[in-house]
This record gives sequence, structure tokens and C-alpha cells, in this order.
Amino acid sequence: MGDPTWDVVVVGAGVCGCAIARELSRLQASVLVVEAREDVCCGTSKANSAIVHAGFDAPTGSLMARLNVEGASLFPQLSRDLDFAYERIGSLVVCTREEDLPALRALLERGRANGVPELSIVGRDDLVRMEPNVSDAAVAALWAPTGGICDPFDLTCALAENAAANGVSFSLNERVTGLHRLPDDTWGVSTTRGTRVARVVVNAAGVHADEVHGMASIQPMKIVPRRGQYELLDTTAGNHVRHTVFALPTKMGKGVLVTPTVHGNLLVGPTAEDIEDKDGTQTTAEGLARVREASMLTVRDIPFRETITSFSGLRAHRPEHEFAIGEVPDAPGFVDCAGIESPGLSASPAIGRMVAGIVRDILGLSEREGFVATRRGFPRLDRISLEDWDELVRKDPAYGRVVCRCCRVSEAQIRDACRRVPGARSVDGVKRRVGATMGRCQGGFCTPRIMQILCEEVPDLDLLGVCKSGPGSELAVARDKDGIGGEAHEA
Amino acid sequence: MRPEAISRLADYDVAVVGGGSAGLSAAIAAYDAGATRVLVLERDVRLGGILNQCIHNGFGLHRFGEELTGPEYAARYERALGERPIDVMTQTTVLRVVPGQGIVAVSPEHGVFRICCKAVVLAMGCRERPRGALDIPGTRPAGVFTAGTAQHLVNVEGVLPGREVVILGSGDIGLIMARRLTLEGAHVRCVAELMPYSGGLKRNIVQCLDDFGIPLLLSHTVVGVEGQGRVSAITLAKVDDRLRPIPGTEERIPCDTLLLSVGLLPENELSREAGVRINPATRGAYVDDSLMTSVPGVFACGNVLHVHDLVDFVSEEAAHAGECAARYAMGDGSTDTGVAVTVVAGDGVRYTVPSSLHPRTMPEAVTLRFRVTGVREHCRLSAYLGNERVSTRRRDIVVPGEMQELKVRAEQLASAGGDEPLTVVVEGA
Amino acid sequence: MERETLTCIRCPRGCQVTVSLEGGEVVAVEGNCCPRGEAYARKEVTAPERVVTTTVPVDGSTDWAVVSVKTAGDVPKRLVESVVAELSGVRAEAPVHIGDVVLRDVCGTGVDVVATRDAI
Repeated sequence: MGDPTWDVVVVGAGVCGCAIARELSRLQASVLVVEAREDVCCGTSKANSAIVHAGFDAPTGSLMARLNVEGASLFPQLSRDLDFAYERIGSLVVCTREEDLPALRALLERGRANGVPELSIVGRDDLVRMEPNVSDAAVAALWAPTGGICDPFDLTCALAENAAANGVSFSLNERVTGLHRLPDDTWGVSTTRGTRVARVVVNAAGVHADEVHGMASIQPMKIVPRRGQYELLDTTAGNHVRHTVFALPTKMGKGVLVTPTVHGNLLVGPTAEDIEDKDGTQTTAEGLARVREASMLTVRDIPFRETITSFSGLRAHRPEHEFAIGEVPDAPGFVDCAGIESPGLSASPAIGRMVAGIVRDILGLSEREGFVATRRGFPRLDRISLEDWDELVRKDPAYGRVVCRCCRVSEAQIRDACRRVPGARSVDGVKRRVGATMGRCQGGFCTPRIMQILCEEVPDLDLLGVCKSGPGSELAVARDKDGIGGEAHEA
Repeated sequence: MRPEAISRLADYDVAVVGGGSAGLSAAIAAYDAGATRVLVLERDVRLGGILNQCIHNGFGLHRFGEELTGPEYAARYERALGERPIDVMTQTTVLRVVPGQGIVAVSPEHGVFRICCKAVVLAMGCRERPRGALDIPGTRPAGVFTAGTAQHLVNVEGVLPGREVVILGSGDIGLIMARRLTLEGAHVRCVAELMPYSGGLKRNIVQCLDDFGIPLLLSHTVVGVEGQGRVSAITLAKVDDRLRPIPGTEERIPCDTLLLSVGLLPENELSREAGVRINPATRGAYVDDSLMTSVPGVFACGNVLHVHDLVDFVSEEAAHAGECAARYAMGDGSTDTGVAVTVVAGDGVRYTVPSSLHPRTMPEAVTLRFRVTGVREHCRLSAYLGNERVSTRRRDIVVPGEMQELKVRAEQLASAGGDEPLTVVVEGA
Repeated sequence: MERETLTCIRCPRGCQVTVSLEGGEVVAVEGNCCPRGEAYARKEVTAPERVVTTTVPVDGSTDWAVVSVKTAGDVPKRLVESVVAELSGVRAEAPVHIGDVVLRDVCGTGVDVVATRDAI
């Protein structure tokens, strides 16, 4: 395809691929991100707990623990630089049986050993004050004020946009099908669109990272898609808890978390099911029932009748349960960023730094001048003051046309989402960037209008071509009466 | 957010939130009852609300004595509105209703602004229950639509949302869409209904399903959705008498579309924020005989108050709300309405609107609107004040899908002391 | 003798009415609870009619891609799908007003198809 030799091809535009790309864009390097799906943030990154973990879970000394704590510490500044939704609301690990208190204290000690700041154990009285709907059985909790919540769509898109603004190229709807070493020690990257040439290939392919790894290395790697199912409740239930509430893992089970989201909803989940199918993102009646049941362990009276959607995501689980990050010994210039499961989202800013550092050392790259660290986010009309909203309408009247009534998203933001690089090309692309269709009506009213705006903003797109999320997910299949003309007959 | 910091655009007697069937009727009635400054705020680019996409006929039999389509019915009210000096703001989204002060709204033309008004009529309508509210398991591909979204695509955008269609829910919108999609070239495999009876009108079952040989499967639900990009199949199952799927009865149906017509929910987010008390049975406001909510000066009507099955009754109810809002706005501010009689849903009745009456100030006669809890033949709808039956009406048959009416006269309540409720029941004939 | 069973639509009860026919003439109506049911059944088995509503594309309108239409009167039920098929090639030109004829004498029924909304 007349393509240049790229210094780096990053495979996968999830939160890690985009974080890596952004860190690489600080360096004097040509960088291409190839993504099999239609948009950034379409795999593991889009369907998870949206939690920034404080970092007490992973075993002390593990890469997971180190990158989690480092990543969490980077979030406040990163969210200011990139203007994405992040709130440090703190998290609680709730212990519901006296006999499990030693395990809670062990968690506290592990957290401290991992370097998590400000951890403490709160007794029942304080806990009830902090979290009035905590289960009646709760006896104590581990309090981690540095735990937080974020919008993983917003984070990933922000990283991608900022990387693009700093010169990184993105190619979507392009799946990597093979890797081969070329005589000049570069990599030939075969894709559904041809061949790319790269000096370094970074494997950030999420649940498919084992397949991409296998294209370059004979060392075995196994990724097991671990499904997590969730229930998302309306904003009317968003205040049911004020912090992220985890259950202390015990012999009785792992429990699920209950947390507010940055959009004001209540999120409950996930399950943990190891499955075979890497597209197996369907929910199941049993899984959703388990979510509801397990949530009652730590939080009472969750108003599940306010559920507006359920979904599931796949974590890229490795049986070793540890991130696999580094240049692969039998594949020089091929860098794994694999097995990124929880706390991967929390660790992603640190993962980006680490992987970019590895690539820099391989290629001997130096920093370039002119890196722009900031990105303009989307106004949140549901959060800003009325005066600020008024100001926006003065500048662009489209801010006065509310399209998504449930989440208060205006026409201006939707057009803006389409005009970004990489920009929205589908209804879900709009959803991921500005939150339209995410509310209580789930796009019932605004989907047709968003389809129209996409047609106006995206070249060569008409209503029949508008997709929910990429090719094959067209929302309309024909014009009215298509195929019935000319064969008039009596019924 | 401080409303007082926002620029004040204008002052009105009555502001109507929503320009659909309820809002149009309320505004006209408010003007006709003496409110000279009336405003309609509509979020869409045009008036008429959901009637614009309801292109089938059957509207207006009660109100106009003829069968109109939705757009024609809306046009009649728009014309009547246009004949009066009533202000209309389209593309205007109401952000807050501030009791006793007015409304904060946003529009491309005016930015964020507020208007002051003496009375507000809430006429925001309702929304459809989405898939998530049913927790149907499976994948989340394109091709799962609420019936109303599909109706918009077919009737307004002119595109078909699918070729092979299964419809869940036999409410009227689901039935109407079965016919519409069939006529436009799609194949509707079946309509599945969770309940052992349809919530839709008999006429729609005959003319939308039977006419086209579309099967209606009662006591069935969807227990699975398959497909990655687009729906490829759904799984149906029979349900038991507690509405739970029966294992072993699953049937997989290849299709590319699942339409949901599984209930309507009044859109009361603005009302709740304004402090309006909401009746859990209707998900709409508690109102008195003037259709005033628990917040003085704030009235409610149409589908935001309770979900109706006929637009004619929406118009009638909304006209009453508009008239009462005008009277409130133009009145001397006296709110002494005397004793209030609570209206209670008794045996066989799910809810009533209104939920309280003021015998001293109420109109000569008030229409109670309510729904029954089950199918009942040869019965009476009656209202009792203590042991005294103050109103009754014979009905050959009542069904939950059809709203019932019962008139109560003020004189019959004259003796009420306020401690005794008025109980509405379904009883033997 | 032919027998035909249908659901009465005159009230929510939905009586299953059985009509017996001989040589196209109704000889008996059973199963109905009231006279309205008999009248409905007689009409429905001998000369069922429907109003057809659909849309046609409209050119030159700033507001609408399609304009809603209906048959100005009842057409024979057996022609419902033919009416839609005959409309499948029809386009309207803005401005269209409520009541404007979009297609005359559809399927030879003598009934016109008219617009049910304005499309300016």
C-alpha cells in the first residue's frame, strides 16, 4: 500500500494501546496504531468496572501491584491534562464476618507494602456513616481514599486524540493476520488491508494478544477470556452508594462491586467466568442473577428495578495472573503488552510509560520538541453551570439543541465527536465519546437523530450505512417498500 | 446552578412543558379559560409530539367523531393553537421547573434562559421501557429497537429497521408496528406477549395481526438475543403463571430484528426535581380534581400523568388541566379549597387519577380515570364514600389495557368530612 | 355450507363469532354477545374493508423525507397490499398539504390516496 516503514506499529487501540501511543508520541518516532474494530476502545477497555483501583489487591512485588499503584497516582494529573472524567471517590472493602477480620487486616498490610497511601480500617459505625446503605452484616472495611472511578471510553478516546494530535496515525477496521521478520530486521505486519513494515511491533491486542504473540514467538502464551457481567442502574439509583464498595474475598466467594459511575449511574458486577469464545460478550440469565445476589452481601436494598442495561466484558486473563510486558526474547523488536486484566485500566498510564520506555531503549529514540500534553475534552452539560452552558450556546447555537435528553447531550457535542481524530463513525462511537444513548431510554428517542447527524458529518455516509458499532451492524436495512414495488398482487 | 443568575426572557400566566397532544390541548384550554399569556415549550423542531410518527388512523373518534391519522389529529390542534395568540418555542428543552418562580430552559436561539409564570402544566409524555429494563440476556447487536424507535425510522425517516422481525409485547404500538413493517416489506415472524392476554385493542389484534396471518404467542417471552454485528436470532420461551420462563420450552427463531413494546414510563424527571410527589402505581404525579400536583401551581396531564390508550382522552384531560392552570394563574391567589377527599384504588382497581377531590371547589362533575387489575365480565365500576355508593356504571367487560372512566358529582360528596376516602372498585353486576 | 370464524372488534371482549354462509349469503351468525357483533361479522365476511396508511417519499421538503398518506376512504381488504405496492413507485413534490391527492383511484377502487400531513 505504499506504506512507509514505521518505527512502531502498535496492535490494538484499547486503553493500553492508546496510552502507549501517547507516550511514544513524546519521542522522535513514527507510530501507527492498527485496530481490528471500527473504533478505539472496543474490546476489554469498553466493558469493565471503570474503577481506578488504589492498588492493594495484587501480590506485593508483582508487576501488577507496581503498575497499579503508579498508574493510580498518575490519574489526577492525567485527567486534568486530557480533560476526561475521573473522580477520586475512594473505595471500601467490606468485611461481613468477624472471623474474616484477619483477612481484612492482611489486605491492609499488603496495600501498605505495595505503597498504597492513606489506607485504614474503619469500624462499623464509621462505615455506616460513610455508606448508609452498607449491608447490615458489615463489621468493618478497608478504606482507600485514593481509589477512584473514571470513564474508560473518555480516557481511551482522550489518549488516542492526544496521541493523534502529536503525530500518531490510527488505522481502524484493520486486523493483523500475521507477522514475519524481514531481512533488514524489521517486521512485516500482514493485515486485512495489506502489509505494514515496522521496526518495532507492540502487542496490545487484549484478549487476542496470545494470537498476535504466537505470530512472532514460539514461546507459549495463553489468554483466557474471563467474562464479567454487569447491571447498570439509572441515575436515580446513583447515590445508593457514595464510594466503590468491594466485598472482601472469602471462602464464601469473591463478591461483586457496587459503585457510582462518573455519569451518576450505579454499576453492579462483575461475574468472573472463564470461557472459550473471544467474542463471547453475551450476558446470561444465570450471570445476571448472580450479580444481583452477590451484591446483597455488601450493600442492601439495591433498586434493581431501575436497571437500564446489562452488559458483559472480557478480561484478557493469563493463567499466571500477571501482566506480560517486555520485549520477547525470541522475537527482537516485538514487545508484548499482554495479560492486561484488572487492574489494567488503573495501571494503563503506567503501562504506557513502561512500554514506551522499552521501545525507546530498543530503538534508541530521543524526545522530540513540541509535544502537547493536553487535550480539550467535551463539555458535560449535565455538570457545568447554567451560565457556562449559556456561554457555549452563544458561541455555537447547536449547544442549545439537546439531542440525548436523558444524558443532556447536545447536537454540538455529537458533531464535535464526529470531527475529532480519531472521530466517531457510528452511534456507539458517539456514545463512547459524549455519552449520548447511555441514559434511561437507551437511545430510544435520540438514535434516529444521531444517525442523521452522522450522515451530515461523515463523508459518503447515508442512513442505510449508519452502523451501531462498525460494519455488519447497520441499523436500517432498506428504504421503505424496498423490494415490493412492481409485484402488485391481490392478497 | 442558580436560576436567578440566568437572564429572564419573559413573563407568562401559564407555561406548558411539551407540545404534544397533551400540551397543545392544555395551552388552548388555558387561553380559552382566560389566561392571556400562554407559552408552549417543545424540545422537538415541531409541535405534535409522538402523533407525528403515528401515521395510522383511529384517532379522534371521541373528540371529532371521525377517524383521523396521528398527524391529522395533531394538525387540528396546531391550527386551533395558531388561531390564538399563544407563544410557542420549539427546539427548547426545559431544564428545570422552579416551583413558584417559573422555568429554566435552553434553546439555540435564546441560550439558557428563564421565564416567570404563575402556573406550569407538565405535559412531557412518556418513554418506552428499553431492553435493559427487562434484563433480556444475550449479545447487544444492532437490530434491537423499541417499537417507537422503529416507528420513527419507518414513518419519519423512511427506512426499514429490519427484514425478519420478532416483536415482544402486544401493546398497541407493537401491534401497529407489526402491520407497518409487513406493509413496508418486512416479515414479522410473530408477536410474543408475556401475559396470558394482550394489552392491545381487539381491533388492532384483528387488523394488524390476523389480517396478515401474524401469530400472537401469549405467555411467551424472549430469553436470549444472538448476533454480533446485527441480531441473528432470538430465543423464545413459554412462561409459567408467575411469568417465569419454563425450561425446555425454548425455541430459537432466526431473525434480524427484535422490537420491544413492553411498556411506557411517564417522563417525570423534571417533576421529581421540582418536588412533585409521584404515585408509584402510575409513575406519574399525585393530582387533585384540578389535576394540580403536590406542588401548588404545577399541573400535570396526558401520558406524563398516567399512560393513556386513546389520544382523545389525553386531549380531554389536558384541556381540564389547562383550564385549571389558567384559573389558578388568574385567581386571587386563594388556595383555600376546603376539605379534601382521598380517592383510593379498591378491589380490582390498580390506580385512580385524580387521587384527591375537593368537594367545595371541584367542578360539578369530575371524571375519575383508572385501570383495572384483571379481565372482568359483567361487572360494575363503583365509587363508595364509606358504605354509600355515590357513583356506579355497568360494564359488560373491562380489561387492564383499556382505561376506565367514572364520573363523580360534587353534590354527592357534599357530606364528606374528609376523613373518609372515596373508594373505587370493580364489583359484581 | 361454509363457516368462517372471526374475532369481533367492537369491544374488548373479542367474541369469537362464527358466520355460516351459503352461496355467499350469510345464513347464521353465532357466538356474538350483542347485535353489534352480528353486524360486524356480516360485513367482515362479505365485504371486509380497511383504510390503508403508509408513506411516500417527498422531494423538496426541508422538514420531511417522507410524507404520510392514507386512502381517503375504505378499500377492499384484499387490496390492502396492492395499494401499498402501487404506491411504491410514487413520490410527492413539496409543498404538500393535508388532503392533497397523492395518487388517484388507487388500484381501480375509485378511492384516492391523500396526504395526512403538510410537507413544505
